Amino acid sequence: MRLKTITGRDKIVLTLMAGIPALLTTALIWIPALGSVVLSFSKWNGIGGFGDIQWIGARNYHDITHNYPPFGPAWHHNLIWFAVFVLIPAPLGLFLATQLDKRIAGSRIYQNIFFLPVVLSLALVGFMVELIYAPEQGLINNLTGHTKPGNLVDWIGNPHLNLFAVLTLAVWRQTGYVMILWLAGLKAVDPALREAAALDGANEWQTFRRVVLPSLRPVTIVVSVITVVETLRAFDIVYVVNRGKNGLELLSTLVTDNIVGEAIRVGFGSALAAILLVVSVLVIVPYLIVTFRRED
Amino acid sequence: MRPTRSTQPTRPMRLAQPRQSTRTTRLGGVRPARLTLHAFLILTSVVWLIPVAWALYTALRPFADTSKHGYVSVGGSYGVQNFSDAWSQADMLHFFVNTIVITVPALAVTLFFASMAAFVIARFRWRFNVALLVLFTAGNLLPQQAIITPLFRIYTNITLPDWMSDSGELYDSTLGLILIHVAFQTGFCVFVMSNYMKTIPREISEAAVVDGASVFRQYWQLTLPLCRPVLAALATLEFTWIYNDFYWATALISTGDKRPITAALANLQGEFFTNNNLVAAGSLLVAVPTLIVFFALQRHFIAGLTLGSSKG
Repeated sequence: MRLKTITGRDKIVLTLMAGIPALLTTALIWIPALGSVVLSFSKWNGIGGFGDIQWIGARNYHDITHNYPPFGPAWHHNLIWFAVFVLIPAPLGLFLATQLDKRIAGSRIYQNIFFLPVVLSLALVGFMVELIYAPEQGLINNLTGHTKPGNLVDWIGNPHLNLFAVLTLAVWRQTGYVMILWLAGLKAVDPALREAAALDGANEWQTFRRVVLPSLRPVTIVVSVITVVETLRAFDIVYVVNRGKNGLELLSTLVTDNIVGEAIRVGFGSALAAILLVVSVLVIVPYLIVTFRRED
Repeated sequence: MRPTRSTQPTRPMRLAQPRQSTRTTRLGGVRPARLTLHAFLILTSVVWLIPVAWALYTALRPFADTSKHGYVSVGGSYGVQNFSDAWSQADMLHFFVNTIVITVPALAVTLFFASMAAFVIARFRWRFNVALLVLFTAGNLLPQQAIITPLFRIYTNITLPDWMSDSGELYDSTLGLILIHVAFQTGFCVFVMSNYMKTIPREISEAAVVDGASVFRQYWQLTLPLCRPVLAALATLEFTWIYNDFYWATALISTGDKRPITAALANLQGEFFTNNNLVAAGSLLVAVPTLIVFFALQRHFIAGLTLGSSKG
């Protein structure tokens, strides 16, 4: 329906219907996003008014890369997080989804079990870290007999181990999430294509490789975006475990450190946030182009 | 989770049902490949359930028994004492009420706003459609931490009367938390609902226009009732997401007493840290609402994800 065909009063109503939600999203998401970039060039303790803001150019970025010891580890940990999310949940989720997409008995039950961790909050998963990895009370050390002083394995306290301990549970959760997305994509693959491939004598792998995988391209894009976004958002689980210290630093915990607590450094925290923003925009924009290109 | 394009609304739900196997049995035997597959899936399922099963097993045992026999052991007594202890010691009722006061309005307003915006985008061709969709969808994809610093400043600079916020500011208020949930989650819902509404035949509203119905009536009386399936799906998903929120509650609420249950769990860690049995019981209690919603409404839940998916 064209807007021309409707009355002036309807036009006002339509503008309000789309405008109010758009205004709220702009005010609470896009203005702060822009604010992160602008404030990243400033020095401000946040206590005085906006008049107290000093503009210091790119110095925050220089300080982050040169004089801020947690930044290196945080950046590394985010990269490891991303690599693990790419290497395990994405393919494992696809594998589980292709198996569950076959006509097998109990498919729904398996599906629910794999999806179960996704409905649990990450904060809760943070508590499970304790139940599983605690030195004396945790499951793993009790199973392997490492609960006595002297041979304790400190999964949470040891900065070389704790990231992987936490990642195991993050993978546990991410796999079910990604699996459901792949499964949704598989359900939408035209069955006629598969039948045609089968008639042409293609085996299961060939059909998957040549027919199914190419039609999953849009879901592949969604999964890639989610993998990046969930990596950058990773926060709750490490924050519950130890507030993102001692081997569990992530970019997200550094941002939070600089805005909450005693030493509030608005400009510095914003520069860290701007780095997060730029990385996420780099994956969101191509995604949006692919998604909305066909729209008009 | 930001899918691309809708399929027919009813089809995926039907397809998401388990399809009874017609091929697994052959002349009285099960194919070996299928057997291997089931063995693999069962094994993976068992591994998948270990963390939750372990939490449940630990929660059912008194601390005294586990310290005597060890955690990986059988014996002693089993019971729900830890659950009632966790419930009362952590004042869980109070925090559950906080969660309800935050989640229910946030959910209702999100769905209301999103359905209006989606209606405009799906039903009318105008210049800003793609711009609006980008505004909403991309907003939902940003990491929360990328916007928290200025948001925090905005929240501490907006003063509110006492009846709206006892902190006198948007910061540290329930209202502030509800608003950020609405702003953040509307994006995803607009995206899914506008795709859904595009599949509703246009003739329905065209007939209404001939009858002289206003656009708001077309939205409220004609379009929304047809959107019940997608509303149910989104309500289930959004309930889980808002209920599980930890970040906004930690960053935007400073008074521990006002936090929702998920974030309040972090406050309880200190009291419980020597007693894993109690921690396990407390964690499971917090998971109960999401588990109920998931199992009761899983059809919608999975259909909801399916709805936004690509047709390939």
